[in-house]
Amino acid sequence: MSSTSTRAGRTGAPFSRRIAPRAGHGFVAAYVVLLIVFGVVPTVYAIYFAFTNAGNRFTGLSNFTAAAADFRFIPAVEHVALYLVFWLAALVVFVVGLALLLHRLAVRGVSRSLRFLYYIPGALAGAASVMVWLFLLDPTVSPIGFLLRALGYDTFGQLIAPGHLAVLFTCIAFWTGAGGWIVVMYGALNNISTDILEAARIDGAGPWRTARQIEIPLLRKWIVYMVILAFAGGTQLFVEPQLLSQASNGVAGRDYSLNQLSYDFAFQNNNVNGAAAISVELMLIGLIVAAVFVARSRFFDAD
Amino acid sequence: MPTDTRRPALPVPSGTARGARPRRREQPRRAGRRMLPNPLAAVVLMLFLLFFVVPVLWLVLAATKTDGQLVQSNPLAFGSWHALRVNWDKLTAYQSDAIFLWLRNSAVYSFGALVITLCVAIPAGYALAMTEFRGRRALLVATLVVMLMPNTTLVVPLFLEINAVHLIGSMWSIILPYAFYPFGVYLTYIYFSTALPRELLDAARLDGCSEFGAFTRVALPLAAPIVALVGFFSFVANWTNYFLPYVMLPQSSQFPVQVGLGTLLDNVPQFNPTVGSLAVQRPELALATLLAIIPVLVVFLFSQRFLVAGLLAGATKG
Repeated sequence: MSSTSTRAGRTGAPFSRRIAPRAGHGFVAAYVVLLIVFGVVPTVYAIYFAFTNAGNRFTGLSNFTAAAADFRFIPAVEHVALYLVFWLAALVVFVVGLALLLHRLAVRGVSRSLRFLYYIPGALAGAASVMVWLFLLDPTVSPIGFLLRALGYDTFGQLIAPGHLAVLFTCIAFWTGAGGWIVVMYGALNNISTDILEAARIDGAGPWRTARQIEIPLLRKWIVYMVILAFAGGTQLFVEPQLLSQASNGVAGRDYSLNQLSYDFAFQNNNVNGAAAISVELMLIGLIVAAVFVARSRFFDAD
Repeated sequence: MPTDTRRPALPVPSGTARGARPRRREQPRRAGRRMLPNPLAAVVLMLFLLFFVVPVLWLVLAATKTDGQLVQSNPLAFGSWHALRVNWDKLTAYQSDAIFLWLRNSAVYSFGALVITLCVAIPAGYALAMTEFRGRRALLVATLVVMLMPNTTLVVPLFLEINAVHLIGSMWSIILPYAFYPFGVYLTYIYFSTALPRELLDAARLDGCSEFGAFTRVALPLAAPIVALVGFFSFVANWTNYFLPYVMLPQSSQFPVQVGLGTLLDNVPQFNPTVGSLAVQRPELALATLLAIIPVLVVFLFSQRFLVAGLLAGATKG
């Protein structure tokens, strides 16, 4: 995978002229079909629904204003915003911190094993992680039950009080997702020239100073990348609150996130147009974040 | 979030590998690395190790206990083989083998989509990297943008679309959206543009290969690593997807195992006191969760090496 050949070949523009355009189209045709059918069409379709009513009449922004006026909408926005604050803060602080610590471990084998072990919960992404955390949060069966009781929580119900949910969802998301990001940050740290680190050491910089003044600034674009993807993903919160609300009989987590609200509009309230309006808003957030990132960062140089 | 790995959020940076950097792997001591980690660092690393690993360990052990043992015995103690056996029998008896049906559904959806993804994404990534055609740049940018959007964004719109063509409940309503995997195209694009010298293709063309021949005879034989990589990500993303099948599939008999877990959860009396005779005990739910993740876990274990080294494509040089 990590071939040493650089992308020099790409600069050889004359080569590309020889290629018949048709062939390129043949190779991408199937992909373009999928892109249109499962990317473009649903987007356009959702936009159409968002701006019309049940009778297919154009209604302007009324679906958007109606959805925003729903009593569940503002709380859902607040929930997701609060969750994002916790989730992004945890991700930046701990992922960067752990990657730096792992990178300093002298014994490579230990570092590699730890990275792998941190990554394992990634296998439980989705519903499985929520199952595990439902157990972990039930003081009667939890392996950290003693800790929960010491903090004054004796029942599952107490622990999943509405005020705790943002932190709990952050824990679940961090548990499944952080390992992958640690691997990425570690890889980025490996890319920092040893000469720079050595120069810093000779100049008398300790590990703390090296991290703050050299490593973290050089990691910046990776941190930005992580935050952007995590932000876009975080706005889409669905499976955790949905399963938690199932596990608590709708006490906690019902209509917690915007995606749940969109789902309920579509399937409980039979209001497809309202559901589409929320979807379009969420899509717009994802699209803007992605487009800005592609355009502004030099990350993906689409040559 | 579960982006994370929900859609494996591992990027493959292209630009970072540039710049010749002396390698000093052989040096016994790299700058900034200490032989003995300081105690505080060791404690932090250990605490996080516990945080990440203990829940997994607990899950494995929980499947070997009775519900009573789950509450009373040490959380990290092994139950008994007998209890595991009983849990297994009761779990498989649930709706007569529903768990196997769900696992089979998951396998059909994941592998079906995987095959299509590979057939579609490998040629597309190859063409984006190695050929020139009108609209190439636009396609590349579109791929990047869609790839960065969380895959849950399109679920409700997809439902509306699939509903309009009356495919709700068909397995294709799951497989085809899964098969659309821009991240795979991007990975392939990066792979071919860094690993396949254009001279090689030109030589093949001079020797009379058609464009298609150059692809099958030169590019494909070199594509094994990228096929594995795209396959890995696509499989994990599809297997762990919850929202799409939850929305698309009306019947329990069509659920993939992730959605099936939700059904089991609804029947656990401790979480839902209203369940009657269908009750599922907590250790059975733990066992079901374990069964649901085993395929992904196995893939993880076998691909550990290339996960760490290969995933980062350009990013790591180590």
